[in-house]
Amino acid sequence: MIPQKFEYTAPKTLDEALLLLAAGAKPLAGGMSLIPMMKLRLAAPEHLVDLGKLKDLNYIRETDGTLHIGATTTHAEIESSPILRKKCPLLAETAAAIGDVQVRNMGTIGGSVAHADPAADYPAALQALEAKLALKGAKSDRIVAAADFFVDAFTTALQPNEIIREVIVPVEAAGTGTSYQKMFHPASGFAIVGIAARVRKKAGNIALVRIGVTGLSNRPYRAATAEKALEGKLGSATEIQNAAALVAKGVDANSDLHASAEYRRHLAVVHAARALMTALARTA
Amino acid sequence: MKIRVTINGKSYSHDVEPRLLLIHYLREVVGLTGSHVGCETSLCGACTVELNGKAVKSCTMFAVQADGASVVTVEGLATDGKLHPVQEAFWNEHGLQCGFCTPGMIMASKQILDRTPKPTEEEIRHGLEGNVCRCTGYQHIVNAVKAAAAGAGK
Repeated sequence: MIPQKFEYTAPKTLDEALLLLAAGAKPLAGGMSLIPMMKLRLAAPEHLVDLGKLKDLNYIRETDGTLHIGATTTHAEIESSPILRKKCPLLAETAAAIGDVQVRNMGTIGGSVAHADPAADYPAALQALEAKLALKGAKSDRIVAAADFFVDAFTTALQPNEIIREVIVPVEAAGTGTSYQKMFHPASGFAIVGIAARVRKKAGNIALVRIGVTGLSNRPYRAATAEKALEGKLGSATEIQNAAALVAKGVDANSDLHASAEYRRHLAVVHAARALMTALARTA
Repeated sequence: MKIRVTINGKSYSHDVEPRLLLIHYLREVVGLTGSHVGCETSLCGACTVELNGKAVKSCTMFAVQADGASVVTVEGLATDGKLHPVQEAFWNEHGLQCGFCTPGMIMASKQILDRTPKPTEEEIRHGLEGNVCRCTGYQHIVNAVKAAAAGAGK
């Protein structure tokens, strides 16, 4: 499995990389999705710009109550980051559920999110966290909400000459519990269905619920109806089941040889209940 | 494209095509055939090597990406004819049958122990998720990692 010929550049600075992208080159981050596609010749870029060595895109920082994660930060770095484990544990837990050790050592958050595989893990967390994405091109710099970023399978709001510069997530407020629950594809580790849940309790009641869903349809989404069903409640097992039952309602579920649409919808309900239950238990 | 890579402590410089995969570079250009090509689709882990201290699948990486990096393959583990503790443990615990997956298993096991010197069985199995073995049923491999962990520091 030899990819088609291509030219390769490893620029030293982000500006240099953006100029090459503006000239039509394709970005290479960790390569965990792009390289397999190139080997199968499903992708045949003529020029690859390696962003993997750009130090100015690899960071995890906190400023003014938000966390900023540089695009080339690897899943392993996110999974093991003390600051994320403490202040945004949902993202660290999600990173730990991706692929395997070797994939997490190479794969990057920017690469995964930009690729927008419908079975990728991060999109569920990004929806539940109401994350923002900073996108940068040679002449542009803009912020897009995760809710608007994912357009369809493998299709995002990114312009051809833009890359994700960083992912912006909130510092979790006190009293918030989070959880990511997925059905692993046994060979690839991708999410057949993945549910990210955030639950915040205030004075004994559930004050906020956010549910992000990936794997079920072409586009990751927030299950707003299910969220509303649980807000203001105490969080009994029945209330959680009732809310979870709504996560897949009205969604055009994908069907493939791994899981039928009906089975995927069933998995979504089961994993939503698990994620909500676990998140609720972690509010204490 | 000219690349310079340190492999098992020795510096190499070659002119390679950008599309050459790291595994093919190691096996065919450098001549280190210890790392194996199994599935070639980044699932089986037989090609696992260490890149700047991190276990990676060398079939899913271009050699040019390793320019300037330090790579360790299974050939680089033994020193002065003495096996690495993980290799020793695989031997003692019979952590292999046909041996095809073993170089990758050993590199992945080394990563587990580098990060978690005293892993639980769950941590060992989680750490080996990227490596497939068709023969052993994994039990002896898990035992080998446990034995290596217990033996270290003795």
